[in-house]
Amino acid sequence: MSGDIFVWVEQFENEVVGASWEAVGAARQLADEQGGHVVACLFGGDGVGGLAEEAFGYGADRVMVGKDATLVDFRVEPYAALMAEAVEQGEADTVLIAATFRGRELGPALAVRLETGCIADCTDLAFEDGELVATRPIYAGKLMSKCMIPERRPRVLTTRVRAFGKPEPDVGRDGEVNQLQPVMAEEAIKTKVMGFEESEGGVSLADASIIVSGGRGVAGSEGYGPLQELADVLNAALGASRAAVDAGWIPYEHQVGQTGKTVSPDLYVACGISGAIQHLAGMRTSKVIVAINKDPEAPIFKVADYGVVGDLFDVVPALKKVLAERMG
Amino acid sequence: MHIVVCTKFTPDSEAKMSVDESGKVSWGDSPLIINPWDEYSMEEALLLRDEYGGKVTVISMGPEEALEVLKHAVAMGADEAVRVWDEACTGSDTLATSYVLAKTIETIGDVDLILCGKSAIDAETWQTGVALATRLDVPSLMYTIKIRAVDGDAGTITVERLLEQGRQVVEASLPAVVGTTKGINEPRYTSFMGIRKAAKMAYPHWTLEDIGADRAKVGRSGSGVRWPTVFEPPVREGEAEIIEAGSVEEKAEILAEKLLAEKVI
Repeated sequence: MSGDIFVWVEQFENEVVGASWEAVGAARQLADEQGGHVVACLFGGDGVGGLAEEAFGYGADRVMVGKDATLVDFRVEPYAALMAEAVEQGEADTVLIAATFRGRELGPALAVRLETGCIADCTDLAFEDGELVATRPIYAGKLMSKCMIPERRPRVLTTRVRAFGKPEPDVGRDGEVNQLQPVMAEEAIKTKVMGFEESEGGVSLADASIIVSGGRGVAGSEGYGPLQELADVLNAALGASRAAVDAGWIPYEHQVGQTGKTVSPDLYVACGISGAIQHLAGMRTSKVIVAINKDPEAPIFKVADYGVVGDLFDVVPALKKVLAERMG
Repeated sequence: MHIVVCTKFTPDSEAKMSVDESGKVSWGDSPLIINPWDEYSMEEALLLRDEYGGKVTVISMGPEEALEVLKHAVAMGADEAVRVWDEACTGSDTLATSYVLAKTIETIGDVDLILCGKSAIDAETWQTGVALATRLDVPSLMYTIKIRAVDGDAGTITVERLLEQGRQVVEASLPAVVGTTKGINEPRYTSFMGIRKAAKMAYPHWTLEDIGADRAKVGRSGSGVRWPTVFEPPVREGEAEIIEAGSVEEKAEILAEKLLAEKVI
């Protein structure tokens, strides 16, 4: 019998971030294999307790709820302090956190508080000779590394978004809910959230299952129009290469690659992207890659599953038209 | 205002990485560069110095190679540079690295703001900035895409952080650790004068004793994470199936069929 697996379940405006369910699913698998319970930790303001039921459905055995005015917005200090408290109250062997932006902050802050190691962005977890071995990409996925935390407990690991499948919820599952008292008073917290400016519409790159991406071939900001139309039909996020971002055609938020976001959608449609090594590093784990490019020699065709040699301004609208009819 | 910029060297982002039979990582003949995210920190530090006055000190934990990165930062405009290293630091994870950086910053003393890249493009843990802030018990403001204001009298900084759903506006007390992301500024090129200055500068090398660090807390003994194996991922098989047809419309039809059959749309 090994210790429990704690999972931080992230919510934004009382909606759980999908990647957290992936982490709960990964924790469930490990617990089924090695023993121990899955303990989901949910922090927030009013309404956060209502999310506990969902956590059971996705595989939690126990839910610890921290509800307080200081926890409405994610802030590293009070969240890490409360997570440390939750872990110390229990018998934690492992802490899993989805590697979202906030999760990537919580992981190391928690690890330092607990004087333990934190393995970032795991894409695979498996027990080998009783030790949990995490596989993670380094150098933007140009290499992979196998990591472990053999001597310290609990181990803290963050799971890469979309690397672990989201489990099918089982609405019949139930469990125990515990309340956690916040450990930091507002006066002791050195950050204040003054506001939030939500991105205008569109699907976020990080958790998109389809990405339509444009590079140098898009030739200007107007060139993203047809790509956006295709993205709208597919409910896809809009991506871009570094060349397009550096040219000022599209904001940095959309950049895919080693100095942008690493993505792994079901479908990646690369339009007018030649396939520089630093771009390929950011999207090579996509399930299916389609390349649309005028240059038949473009390196992108080496990693793509399907290619269309042609002008993206002809091919993309034609594809949009067909898909709009098929998926109508 | 005294600003400290933490930096490190990494292989160039265009480098082709490989691993030999002994497990040694190589980046071929690609150059070592300043971690690209740190260039934004350096630029931001210089912009803040121009606006609010003060000085910029750049620090790096690393062997001799780290000197080149410090020289680059000085050529950009940093006032002082310190390299911290001891062979005992080899094998440090972020738990140990953040300890060394925190001890270094405490030794410098009187620091108002610490800037770092939001991550480094080699190990890509995204951890060191937050871990450092936690060590120093100061706020961390990662993914900062805009510094709105620094209020020296009130001792606060207001930034915009880029998160999945949009931009979060946060005010924090100083000192704080700010992690910069692309889009915050356009890093300057090093000038001829800057390069000359960097060549003449002295670069103090601090040891663990200089920063009063406990040797048990650095390197392997101070780290939680071990990474015994590094390997090259399997290459994506084969070449793309090129869709051939008479017209663009026909190509689109065929491609749509394929994607529907793949069940990805």
